[in-house]
Amino acid sequence: MYTNEMLESIKKVEATREARLAAVRAGNHPRRMTAEEKDQVLLENHPDHIKSQFAELVIGPNKGEKVPLELAEILQANPRVKSGDVDLTKIDYDVDVLIIGGGGAGSAAAIMAHENGANVMIVTKLRHGDANTMMAEGGIQAADKPNDSPAQHYLDVMGGGHFKNVPELVYKLVNDAPICIKWLNDLGVMFDKEADGTMVTTHGGGTSRKRMHACKDYSGAEIMRVLRDEVQNREIPVVDFTSAIEIIKDENGKAAGALLMNMETKELLVARAKTVVIATGGAGRMHYQGFPTSNHYGATADGLVLAYRAGAPLLYAHTLQYHPTGAAFPSQIFGALVTEKVRSIGAQLINADGEAFMYPLETRDVCASSVIRECRRGKGVETFDGGQGIWLDSPMIELLHGEGTIEKRIPAMMRMYLKYGIDMRKQPILIYPTLHYQNGGIKIGENGMSDVENLFVAGEAVGGIHGENRLMGNSLLDIIVFGRNAGVNAAATAKNTKTAEKLTLSHVDAFVKEMADAGIKTDVVSPKLLPNYTNQKPI
Amino acid sequence: MVNIYLYGKKYEVPASLTIINAMEYAGYQLVRGVGCRCGFCGACATIYRIKGQQELKACLACQTKVEDNMYIATLPFFPLVKQPYDIKKVKPTEQIMMQLYPEIYACIGCNACTKSCTQDLNVMQYIAYAQRGEYEKCAEESFDCVMCGVCSSRCPAGITHPQVGLLARRLTGKYLAPETQHLLERVAEIEAGDCEAALQDIMKKTAEELKEMYNNRDFEK
Repeated sequence: MYTNEMLESIKKVEATREARLAAVRAGNHPRRMTAEEKDQVLLENHPDHIKSQFAELVIGPNKGEKVPLELAEILQANPRVKSGDVDLTKIDYDVDVLIIGGGGAGSAAAIMAHENGANVMIVTKLRHGDANTMMAEGGIQAADKPNDSPAQHYLDVMGGGHFKNVPELVYKLVNDAPICIKWLNDLGVMFDKEADGTMVTTHGGGTSRKRMHACKDYSGAEIMRVLRDEVQNREIPVVDFTSAIEIIKDENGKAAGALLMNMETKELLVARAKTVVIATGGAGRMHYQGFPTSNHYGATADGLVLAYRAGAPLLYAHTLQYHPTGAAFPSQIFGALVTEKVRSIGAQLINADGEAFMYPLETRDVCASSVIRECRRGKGVETFDGGQGIWLDSPMIELLHGEGTIEKRIPAMMRMYLKYGIDMRKQPILIYPTLHYQNGGIKIGENGMSDVENLFVAGEAVGGIHGENRLMGNSLLDIIVFGRNAGVNAAATAKNTKTAEKLTLSHVDAFVKEMADAGIKTDVVSPKLLPNYTNQKPI
Repeated sequence: MVNIYLYGKKYEVPASLTIINAMEYAGYQLVRGVGCRCGFCGACATIYRIKGQQELKACLACQTKVEDNMYIATLPFFPLVKQPYDIKKVKPTEQIMMQLYPEIYACIGCNACTKSCTQDLNVMQYIAYAQRGEYEKCAEESFDCVMCGVCSSRCPAGITHPQVGLLARRLTGKYLAPETQHLLERVAEIEAGDCEAALQDIMKKTAEELKEMYNNRDFEK
């Protein structure tokens, strides 16, 4: 329920609504920013540009580079166990392909590794499917319509990422996109379609063609539950509530398994594998710069820690995505995702004066920066605990597309707000940027392998695909494209790899020594595994 | 502040918190019974009763505010039945439900599933559609299911509703929904190499050339 001050502010939004609707109906949207205006708003407002929030790494493959303070702290932290504490000759699991992470990327990798004849196992620290994939609402991009092409998709991806993307990875992303949509469709994912089978597609921020495919606003959930069902149908073993806490190597320095820990009993277990796939997801629960997050409870950058200690370099670990529209009110859903689709289907961003201050579908980094700037200019609406928000004028959707559109196209959003007495069909909602996505991650080649031999990576843990900013709908796409890719290549590599005779954690000892030599003294242990919200102000 | 009872034990917590946040406020470091914290994953299924009231209610702990005198028990796991099948071999006929989930025909119509649904779905209705082999209707009615399992925990017939809905949706997505011609055509073009030249060409552009193209690209209305 809104406060009286908020209800007063809503009147200003309503006062300009008719005129704004008329403009949109006439094809006149708020003006897009020029390239120069975008650069400026980013530089002055985007959290990635606040220098005091970054620290230089003093050890490891990315020594000398800057990453968020919170990430530096866990990358240069103590391992959870000393190598001498573990008997690596006692093997608990012995497989061809070990997949760490039970989200969309890990499940896609598992299915394809299995399809290619590998003996594969998934290990995941919570339940299978507890992942950011499950929470992706808006959709998945693919250039599959006649007015579109993979090359056009490529251009949008590169521009959105500020041309820092690794071209070979973007090529794979856009070229495989239609193939992956077909793969999902054939597995039984229910995409939104017209009666004649044409995909219902919309724009996302920074897209030049309407190529956002969706399953209502449960796109990720629909994909995840189908992939999980398929993993179960194939009877691929899933060891749940078990985290990987170190990569294990063989005598030649190749990845050869992982040290596991039961999340409940803390028992340590050794998994030996011919190849390993890190599919551990993102880092929202690190709460960089104190931001709330739209991410899953387990998003603590574990994969980056494991890979970094094993010697794999990261790429663009300094860039994070703050989703422009996190819920700013009520407090119970602070930071929860309000899908970009709300803007795709017609809602505008409106300041406290009732002005549509920007084109609503700029890329996410530009859009988030613009919202932050608007609040700094005093055009935000007070929320709670000194916070601010901007109106997202959701009633426009039904006025543009007819009654019932919100329930049909974004039922999850409607449900989330109705629980707190806010009917987004009738009243606008308050938003503010929320920590959403790890743009950077572990560097990989086209085959999905990191710089550590036989260590593959897929999904949000990868860096380079999206450059310095990802577009909406390219993450669900990336987990499928690069999840499948990692699964196929990890299975193929496993075929040509002998089971390791001697397992070692000597790289962990070397890392600890490197820390000591660099004078790092810390009580922090990593990987972090879960955030700690006990007895604190909840985020 | 309100009083709540976690597994029977009393705690005083701020009235504005969700059940998940209230458990953490009370000092629980959660491993089970917590997931996306946004109402999508179904990890935090929870049963509660307000002191003095007859009705037993179910909810997602991340989507529900605490109330005074709320007795709370989480349901982090419930033994649901999942039957394996080969999606390429099954067909969307009535027989498949009979083979895999025959217990749906033992439904006694008590509607406990619908009453307990944390997503307010009409669960008994989608089971009825499944019984009749009307999979598209079952798929549509069950679409927003987060598979928390509360419905099954309340079912006297032992039905695993979430799996029935999931099977109906996969059958619908694969076999019953109309085919997408433009998708099939684009995949064929990619596999024939027809998209390759344009991609190779754009990959060769310098950063400056790409920027120029990007800043001047046309937008679909």
